[in-house]
Amino acid sequence: MLAEALFFSAVLFTIGVFGVLIRRNAIIVFMCVELMLNAVNLTFVAFAQAYGAAGQVFVFFVMTVAAAEAAVGLAIIIALFRHRQTVNLQNINLLKG
Amino acid sequence: MLPLLQAATANTHPLTRTIAEWVWLVPLLPLLGFVINGVLSLAAAYHPGPADPGLAHDETTGGGASEHAHADHDTDGGATGNDHHPVARHRFSGLTSIVGPGVLILSFLLSAAIFLAMRGAGEISAPFVQRYFSWMPVGDMHIDAALQLDQLSMMMTLVVTGVGALIHIFSVGYMQDDPGYPRYFAYLNLFVFFMLLLVLGGNYPLVFIGWEGVGLCSYLLIGFWFSEKANADAGKKAFIVNRIGDFGFLIAMFMIFANMRTLDFTGVQQGAASLPVGGTLVTAICLFLFLGCVGKSAQIPLYVWLPDAMAGPTPVSALIHAATMVTAGVYLIARSSMLFSIAPVAQIVVVLIGALTAIFAASIGLKQWDIKKVLAYSTVSQLGYMFIGVGSGAYVTGLFHLVTHAFFKALLFLGSGSVIFALHRAYHHTGNHDDAQDMRNMGGLKTYMPVTFWLMWIATLAIAGIPPFAGFFSKDEILGALFARAQHSTIASAHLFGIPGSAWLYFAYLLGLVAAFMTAVYMTRMMIYTFHGPNRTGEKERGYLAEAPWIMTGPLVVLGILTAVGGWINLPEFAPLGRVGALEHWLDPVLGEPTARVIAGAGETSTGLEYGLVALAVLIAVGGIALAWTRLKPETLVPKREAPQEEGFEKVLINKYYVDEIYDEAIVEPVVGISRGLLWRGVDAGLIDGLGVNGSAYFARFVGWIGSQLQSGQLGTYAWVLVAGVLAVLGAFSIR
Repeated sequence: MLAEALFFSAVLFTIGVFGVLIRRNAIIVFMCVELMLNAVNLTFVAFAQAYGAAGQVFVFFVMTVAAAEAAVGLAIIIALFRHRQTVNLQNINLLKG
Repeated sequence: MLPLLQAATANTHPLTRTIAEWVWLVPLLPLLGFVINGVLSLAAAYHPGPADPGLAHDETTGGGASEHAHADHDTDGGATGNDHHPVARHRFSGLTSIVGPGVLILSFLLSAAIFLAMRGAGEISAPFVQRYFSWMPVGDMHIDAALQLDQLSMMMTLVVTGVGALIHIFSVGYMQDDPGYPRYFAYLNLFVFFMLLLVLGGNYPLVFIGWEGVGLCSYLLIGFWFSEKANADAGKKAFIVNRIGDFGFLIAMFMIFANMRTLDFTGVQQGAASLPVGGTLVTAICLFLFLGCVGKSAQIPLYVWLPDAMAGPTPVSALIHAATMVTAGVYLIARSSMLFSIAPVAQIVVVLIGALTAIFAASIGLKQWDIKKVLAYSTVSQLGYMFIGVGSGAYVTGLFHLVTHAFFKALLFLGSGSVIFALHRAYHHTGNHDDAQDMRNMGGLKTYMPVTFWLMWIATLAIAGIPPFAGFFSKDEILGALFARAQHSTIASAHLFGIPGSAWLYFAYLLGLVAAFMTAVYMTRMMIYTFHGPNRTGEKERGYLAEAPWIMTGPLVVLGILTAVGGWINLPEFAPLGRVGALEHWLDPVLGEPTARVIAGAGETSTGLEYGLVALAVLIAVGGIALAWTRLKPETLVPKREAPQEEGFEKVLINKYYVDEIYDEAIVEPVVGISRGLLWRGVDAGLIDGLGVNGSAYFARFVGWIGSQLQSGQLGTYAWVLVAGVLAVLGAFSIR
């Protein structure tokens, strides 16, 4: 049971990583970040079921922080769109040396 | 009373519980004067009163009784025309006139009282050392702030405070109208403090502090009118040339400490007893010490600063550059006689340098036109005589000449100051810009300044060596002692460059005789051109020439009396006009043993020979005066601005053998060139600034630029790098 859960979570995390690396749309990148967070949550839950309930507490924390992060992140993306008329990350490159 | 660290050792001394315990007050009084006058000077500079606006400005521009045609001519001379110039007197000048000379008079009275106590205490064989606090306790080295009172330091203290007090009083008249009056007295008081530290210090480092301190005050006073660049440059020259000598003093101190583990005079005396006579070590120590003396006492090759030092006020020249500071080298050799007396080769060097300086400076003095320059070269020459004295192991005669020279040279300088003062005042009245120090602008002053005239003739006869004035006895004793040492002494049997010491000493004796002849000539020349013949000052100015006020002539009279009778303190045996050899007897506890060691049991010079030598010396002096008197015609002289250019050897003499120019070419220019080209542009600007400071900045900037190129602003790139980093870390863990 644990092995399957971990395998599924690893697949989910990898999809998230590749999404972040490959996609150019900020919203999709953002969703992929959420995907990675949820993959981590899944691992926590799986381990909690196998070794004790402490991991589930962390899951609640992660979900709270993820919710806050989603609110802030989406707000930033909206502000960015209003300013630049785009959410394509290739066009958003002001922070450079 | 200051706390005594080691009162126990002093308790057994005959001077304990006498006024001699107050010896610390002797140098401290001038220091107090320095503080008061310094505060007055600063107080007025920062708060100029409403009565004298622009005083702070005058303070820096100089003026008053200045030497050359000075800044005050340019600023107020034109505006006020022939009227009396508005006195830019300092608002605290009254208080300064009391404090400045007052502390010196008190100091002199105290030292006189200590002198009487010493005489009353009977035979004092050991020095009276007062330790006040531990100054430098570092490892093996224990240096105390200690004053050493013995017959030698007592004599020097009396000269410094006595002649110093007279010159301070003279300064009141000479400098009172100068806007920097309190500053002047602050420096002068500070000088006396350091000079007393120099002569009273109980160990070499303390003497060195005094030695450096008088150098500092000399610098400050030479450049007293620093708004003129020449004066400031002269101060710097004195300071820098003296550094060379001070380096020698320091090296000598290091060597003494490295070998004897002490720097106290009493300790070095014990340490010297175990050193081999004529050893390399003691000879090296003595030669390095002598290098210090060469700098401070203006001997060849470091004498060049002293003639330039005449840029300072004339009383300064009298006090610092004639009577006291420049004789510090002579004092140091006498103080270190326990070392010099066992280093005969070093003694030969001292005699030779002294003799060469005596004749060299005297020959330059023959053709100088500036009255103070004549006296400056005369001082250099007379210092040479003193070194002949202490160098030939006749320490007492060297010191005797130091004392008499302090009297007659202070008199000559103050007399010339009085002459310059009169000329300057006359020129000031008419707004004339002529040189108040050039003898071609003087002449015939005897009718205008009779007191100065007579007193300066006394001093001239004294320095020329005419009996019975002070200089005759001292100079004659030096030459006599030199002759006797050449016949038989440890110096005569030593060798320098393979030539026996006696040959060197006879050679020095010859130089000394020729220099004595020149001394008589140039001094008579100076007197003739200054006081005799027709007056060349100028038609309008002549009416304003007058004798200086009594506050200036008073000290001159006292010095005149001392010059006339000063020889009595150490009468030779052939002239028993009073107590014979009083100074020699007085200094015997300090200098008797080293002198005896040099003499090495030689008998007395035969009386007939002695009379012959004296007669020869007097004949030479009279001959010099007679030659100058008959050959020099003041009637043919013309004022400076009409004077023709000199030619031939005269020109060489007037230009001082071009020594300054040679030094400039051989030393100053290369040093400046290397400093500018290599050290500044190459090392400092190139290596340190270019490679070190700016180079490291450029390197950091380059590395930063490389880093900045990685920052593309592309979020995707950052994410790839991040993931690559994570994979690398994970990979590193898994490989392990």
